[in-house]
Amino acid sequence: MKVIIMGCSRVGAQLATEFDAEGHKVTIIDVDSYSFRKLPNTFKGTALVGSGLDEESLKKAGIEEADVFIAVTQGDNRNVMACQIAKHIYRIPKVVCRIYDPIREDMYRNLGLRTVSPTKVVAKLLREQIEG
Amino acid sequence: MYIIIIGGGEVGSHLSKILLNDGHEVLIVEQDAARSEKLADELGSIVLRGDGCEAATLESIGAARADMLVAVTDDDARNLVACQVAKYRFKVRRTIARVTNPKNEDIFKILGVDVTVCSTQLILAHIEQELPSHPLIPLLKLKTGTLEVIEAKIPPDSNLIGKKLKSFVLPKGSAVLLIISKEKGPQIPTDDTLLAAEDEVVAITEAHNEEAIKAMLTSKK
Repeated sequence: MKVIIMGCSRVGAQLATEFDAEGHKVTIIDVDSYSFRKLPNTFKGTALVGSGLDEESLKKAGIEEADVFIAVTQGDNRNVMACQIAKHIYRIPKVVCRIYDPIREDMYRNLGLRTVSPTKVVAKLLREQIEG
Repeated sequence: MYIIIIGGGEVGSHLSKILLNDGHEVLIVEQDAARSEKLADELGSIVLRGDGCEAATLESIGAARADMLVAVTDDDARNLVACQVAKYRFKVRRTIARVTNPKNEDIFKILGVDVTVCSTQLILAHIEQELPSHPLIPLLKLKTGTLEVIEAKIPPDSNLIGKKLKSFVLPKGSAVLLIISKEKGPQIPTDDTLLAAEDEVVAITEAHNEEAIKAMLTSKK
């Protein structure tokens, strides 16, 4: 698979490392090249400085041939915008969006995006630790 | 009308003052503490500190009864999300977004924003108007359909100079609305209007005809 990950956050770097180790073609984009220090030396994919919100950086990342697009920057709005571009403009088959705000997450899920809200997921896991 | 403005920067504050003067009900949402405080000092209780992309914020200010939401922060992604939350969650009839990247205008429209305003594009259009290498400028895209209003300047070496307008055969579905001549100023043309060098021709046409019209105008003597 060709995987594009937007945002070299801890989660972004972890995902990139895993997909890369499994032999997938990974491109990770971040506005700050300093974020790429989180990638291991063994990473064989591409690390690209760019916003992921503009045509230039998306095309450079190979959006036109991508199978998967994952947005995990710190900004909900940026993730939502990039994922909608990937889904509706470039027709990427699998687009997944991190949205911290549960209400916003709910709305975009209803609009057809695949979404994950860490706020909801972590709260649930923490409760399970207490109650379980 | 009840108009919600997201972003209390320069654009948002000037906009709100004008709308208030016109008798509209206005509410400004500004995230930054210092900025929202300053605005509230000036404009009173119509300023709310909050994140205009959050459904909870919009809920608290009665977005469901708003006639319009205008997102004018300096962040394109934020403006998009504010408009989408207003549109899809609160059924706000009309949403307007400011965009800085001209390429986002089309994208935002596909994603449901009713109107986009791009200052970069507006400035560019003015610059292009001065450049002889751009004989054709799209002035306005109509909201529905594919028609657009264009303006073109007849270059000094065009083979159209001295000919009547009717000899200028436009692609199907196009019409010349106005000719602005250097000597006579703007005039509503007839079939017999003579074309002169440097005349500005304002026409309505399908967007895909742009290249054909450009070729026609620039064809040399």
